[in-house]
Amino acid sequence: MTRVAWGALISHWRRQPLQLVTLILGLALATALWSAVQAINAEARASYARASEQLATGTQAIIDRPGGGIALATYAQMRRDGWNVAPVLQGRIVLEGRQVTIVGIDVLTHPAAAVTGETPDLTESFLAEGRLFARPDLIARLSGVPDLPPLQANAAVPPGELWTDISVAERLLGQTGQLSHLLVLDPIDAGDLAPGLRLRVEEGNDTVQLTRSFHLNLTAFGFLAFGVGLFIVHGAIGLAFEQRRALFRTLRALGVPLRRLMLVLSIELLGLAVVAGALGLVLGHLVAAALLPDVAATLRGLYGAEVDGALALRPAWVLAGLAMALGGAVVAGTGALAKLRRLPILAGATVVVWAENAGLGSRRQAMAGVALAVLGVIALALFDGLVAGFALLAGLLLGAALCLPLCLSLMLRLGHSAASGPVAQWVWADARAQLPGLSLALMALMLALATNVGVSTMVSSFRLTFTGWLDQRLAAELYVTARDDAQGAEIEAWLAPRVQAVLPIRSAGDRLNGQPATIFGIIEHQTYRDHWPLLQADPAVWARIEAGEGVLINEQLAYRQDLWLGDQVTLAGQSMPVVGVYSDYGNPNPQAIIGMDTLLQLYGDVPNYRFGLRVPPAQVDAVRAELAERFDLPPGGLRANTEVKQVSKAVFENTFVVTGALNALTLGVAGFAILTSLLTLWTSRLPQIAPVWSLGLTRRTIALVELGRSLMLAAFTALIAVPVGLGLAWVLLNVINVEAFGWRLPMFLFPRDWALLTGLALIAAALAAGWPAWRVARVPPAMLLKVFANDR
Amino acid sequence: MLKIDTVTKSYDTGAQHHRVLQGVSLHLAAGEALALTGESGSGKSTLLHLAAALDGFDSGEITLNGAAYSGLDDRGRAQLRRETLALVFQQFSLVPSLTVGDNILFHARLAGRPDPAWAAEVTRRLGLSDLTGRWPEALSGGQQQRVAIARAIAARPQLLLADEPTGNLDEDTATRVLDLMLELVRETGTALWLVTHSEAVAQRVGRRVHLSGGVLA
Ligand SMILES: Nc1ncnc2c1ncn2[C@@H]1O[C@H](COP(=O)(O)OP(=O)(O)OP(=O)(O)O)[C@@H](O)[C@H]1O
Ligand SMILES: [Mg+2]
Repeated sequence: MTRVAWGALISHWRRQPLQLVTLILGLALATALWSAVQAINAEARASYARASEQLATGTQAIIDRPGGGIALATYAQMRRDGWNVAPVLQGRIVLEGRQVTIVGIDVLTHPAAAVTGETPDLTESFLAEGRLFARPDLIARLSGVPDLPPLQANAAVPPGELWTDISVAERLLGQTGQLSHLLVLDPIDAGDLAPGLRLRVEEGNDTVQLTRSFHLNLTAFGFLAFGVGLFIVHGAIGLAFEQRRALFRTLRALGVPLRRLMLVLSIELLGLAVVAGALGLVLGHLVAAALLPDVAATLRGLYGAEVDGALALRPAWVLAGLAMALGGAVVAGTGALAKLRRLPILAGATVVVWAENAGLGSRRQAMAGVALAVLGVIALALFDGLVAGFALLAGLLLGAALCLPLCLSLMLRLGHSAASGPVAQWVWADARAQLPGLSLALMALMLALATNVGVSTMVSSFRLTFTGWLDQRLAAELYVTARDDAQGAEIEAWLAPRVQAVLPIRSAGDRLNGQPATIFGIIEHQTYRDHWPLLQADPAVWARIEAGEGVLINEQLAYRQDLWLGDQVTLAGQSMPVVGVYSDYGNPNPQAIIGMDTLLQLYGDVPNYRFGLRVPPAQVDAVRAELAERFDLPPGGLRANTEVKQVSKAVFENTFVVTGALNALTLGVAGFAILTSLLTLWTSRLPQIAPVWSLGLTRRTIALVELGRSLMLAAFTALIAVPVGLGLAWVLLNVINVEAFGWRLPMFLFPRDWALLTGLALIAAALAAGWPAWRVARVPPAMLLKVFANDR
Repeated sequence: MLKIDTVTKSYDTGAQHHRVLQGVSLHLAAGEALALTGESGSGKSTLLHLAAALDGFDSGEITLNGAAYSGLDDRGRAQLRRETLALVFQQFSLVPSLTVGDNILFHARLAGRPDPAWAAEVTRRLGLSDLTGRWPEALSGGQQQRVAIARAIAARPQLLLADEPTGNLDEDTATRVLDLMLELVRETGTALWLVTHSEAVAQRVGRRVHLSGGVLA
C-alpha cells in the first residue's frame, strides 16, 4: 500500500518538473545566502585567531618611542646594559596596489623565528639570501612584482605581512639605522630606559572585539535572507500540496490511512530538503568565495583586520547548512501537513471562503505584529548594547511584515469601494480574493524592500556625513611626514616663510579611563576654529584648549565612556574638563586633543615630524615639487589632501560593497518568492478567470489584469516598505551605529532612491508575474471550458 | 440571426480522435425559441459552446447577425459574447470573487447596458432576492444555476443560449424560469436556444432539434 501511495505521490513530480525545481531552488537559495554569510564569518574569525595565536605573539611587553623609531645604537647600548630584547623594524609599503606590512626581525633573537623555521637550514637561508616569508595567498598575489627578494610560503606568518631579516626590511622600507620597537624577551629589570623610550604591554589582538559588530551585522543579514528564502519554500511546499489535494483525497478514499500519508509526505519533504541543502551549500560556497575579497577589504579598511583571500571548507559549516535547510523545510512544511490533517475527504474549501477566513487571520496577525514591535522597543529600553539594538530591528521588521496583509487588505477594500466600472470592480474584488495566497510572498518583498531602503539610507547618510567630515578634517592642503624629528625640524624651518601655516601633528599614547588612546596637541590657528568637525562644544572651546583648560575628545570615546561637555578626563595624572566632542569616523580607538603646550608639558618631548601645511591652492603643486626635490622624504611622506580624501572615499565605498550585494540578492530572492506564489495560485486561477472570459473579456485583457494586479500589490507593498525602511535606517543610525562604532549619524532622506527601489520592486514583480500572465494569455479555450464541466 | 452551416468538431484525446459534431446545420431567427435534445455525451454542450463563440471548430461556418465566426479574432469573439449573446452554462459559471448581486449585474454592465430595475425584477422573479449578499460558493447547485440564468436575462442579449437551465431545479421553479425566458423572447425579440432532457420543457418551447450521431435531426 505504501509503495502504491509513493508511486502516486512521486508521479506528481514527473508531471510537474518545474515545480520540483522551484521547491529545491527556493530552499537552496535560502540555504545558500545563509551559509555564504556563515562561511565568511567563519573565515574571518579563523583569520583573527591565526593572527593572534601564531606570530603576533599575543600579549607582549615591548619598548618603543612614541611617534618615532629607536636608533640601532640605542638598541646596542641596551643589550650591553643587560636588556634581553629582540629588535623589530616594521612598516607598511604598497605592493601591487595593496598595503602590506613588512616585519623585519633579527633571526637570532626573535622568538618567532623558531616558528618560521620549518626546515632546519631555514635560519641560515633566512640570513643568507634575505628571503621574504608570507602566507601562500599573499605570495601568489606578489609573484609578478619586480625587484623583490625571493619569496617563500609559510602558513605561520599572519595574513598581510611579509617577514624577513632586518637588513632586507631596511632596504624595502628605505629606512636605515632605525628600529620600530624592541620585544622584551625576559622582563628582568635592567635599569632605567633611555629618555623618550617607553615600556608598554601590547594589548592582545582586539580585532575580535572590534569586528564583532560587523559580523553581527552580517549574521543579521544572513538570517534575513534565510527568512525571505523560507517564504519561497513555504510557497513551493504549499503548491506541491495544493496540486495534489485531489490525489490525497482519492488515496484517503481508497483507504490509505492519514498517518501513513503524512509519514510518506514527511519523508519526501526531508529528502527534498537534503538535496536542496546540498545544492545550497555549493551555491553558498560560491557566493562566499565571490564576496570574501570585498569583505576582506572592508575589514581592512574599517578595522585594519587582515583576512585571508582563500575560503576553507569546514565540516561544521556543512552540517550547520544542512541543519538549516532541514529546519527550514520542517518550518515551512508543518503548516501544509497540518492542513492535510484537516483536509476533508470530500471537497475542500475554496478561494473566497479562504479569503474570508484570512481576513480574520490578518487582524490577529497584525496584532501579533504590533506586539512584536512593542517588544523590540521594550528590549531596547531595558537592555543596552548591540543585541538589544538588533532585537529592536527584528521586532520592527517582523512586526511590520505581520501587519502587511491587513494594511494591503484595507487598501484593496478602499480601492474596491471606489471602483466604478464592472471590470475594475472585478479586478479589485479578485485582488482581495488573491491576497491571502500572495501575502507571504509580499511579506518577503516588503522585508527585502525595507531592508534596502533602511540600509541604503544609512549608507547614503553616512557617505554624505563622511564626505563633509573629510573636507573639514583634512583642511590642510598638504601633509608631510619626515623621516625623524631632525628632518622634521629642518623642513619646518624651511617651510615657515613659504606657506601660510605649518600645523604640527604631534601625539602621545596614553590611557583614558583605562583604554589605550592617542592624545594630539594642536597649536593656536584659525584652521581649527574654521574647520574642526565639532559635534558639541563649549562657547569658548578654542580659547580654553589653547589656555590648557580643557580637552576635546572624539565621539567614540564620548559614547563608550559617557563623557560629555563638562565631564572630567584625566590625562597623565592631570584632570581636565571636556570642552568639546568631535566626530572621528573610521577610527575605532579613543582620541583626545589638547593644546600643544599642555601636550609637551604633560608628555615631555613628543616626536615632531608630521605636519599639515596650509598653502594657497594654486601653489600646492609647486610647494610639493620643491619639498620632494629638496628633502629625502620617506615613501608616502608627502600627500595632498585630495589624495587622502580619494583613498578614504575608496575605502568607504569598499566597505559597503558587500552590503549592496546582499541587498540585491535579497531582492532577487523576494522576486522569486512572488513567482512561486503566483505559480501556486495558478491552479485556483482558472475557475476565477473562466467565467469572466465566457462573459466577453479576452484572454489578453485578463492577462493584463493579472499582471496589473501583481504590480499594484507590489506598489502598495513598496508604499508600506518605505516608512518601515526609514524606521530601520533610524535604528541603524541612532542605535546600532552608536553601539557598534561609537558614532551617531544624522539621517538624510533620499526620495530618488526610494523611487528607484520602488521601480526595481515593480520590475521584479513584473518579471515574476509575467510568466503566469503569459500562460493566461495563451491558455486554450478548451481548458477554460473544462472549468464549467469539471467537478473541482 | 444565428446560422450554423455544416460545422464539424472533434477532440483529440491523446491517440484517439473523437469526432463529436459531423456536419451540423441550423438556422435560428430573432424572436424564435428552439429546444435541443440528445443523449448524454452526444455533443449538445459542445455545440452550444461553439454557437457562443467560446471555442473553435474544424470546418463549416457559424454566423451571428451576418458576422462569420471564422473571420473574427479573439477580440471580436469576446465582443460578441459580451454584447450580443449570453450563455447559461450547465454548472459553475459564476465569478467566485463577486457577490450574488454583483454577479447578476455583471454581464449587463460589461455589455454597457446596466438596468438595475430590470435586474431587480429578474432577481425577484427567480426567487433570489434574499441571496444577493452571499458568495456564489455558499449557494446550492440549483441556486447557482438560477443566478447564472438571472445574469443572462438581466443582460438582455439578442441570443440567449442555455445549457440545461432547469436541470437542477424542482418542477415549480423550472416552470418559472422557463416562463421568464419565453417572456423575454416575446417581449424583446431575443432568440432562445436551450438544451433540455425534459419532454415537457421541449414541448413548451415549441420547435425542437435532436442531436444524434454528430448531426441534427
Ligand atoms: N475537452 C474535451 N476533450 C475531449 N473530449 C471532450 C471534451 N469535451 C467534451 N468531450 C467529449 O465530447 C463529447 C460531447 O460532450 P458534451 O459535453 O458536448 O456532451 P453533452 O451532450 O453536453 O452531454 P451531457 O448531456 O451529459 O451534458 C463527449 O463524449 C465528451 O466526452
Ligand atoms: Mg452538456
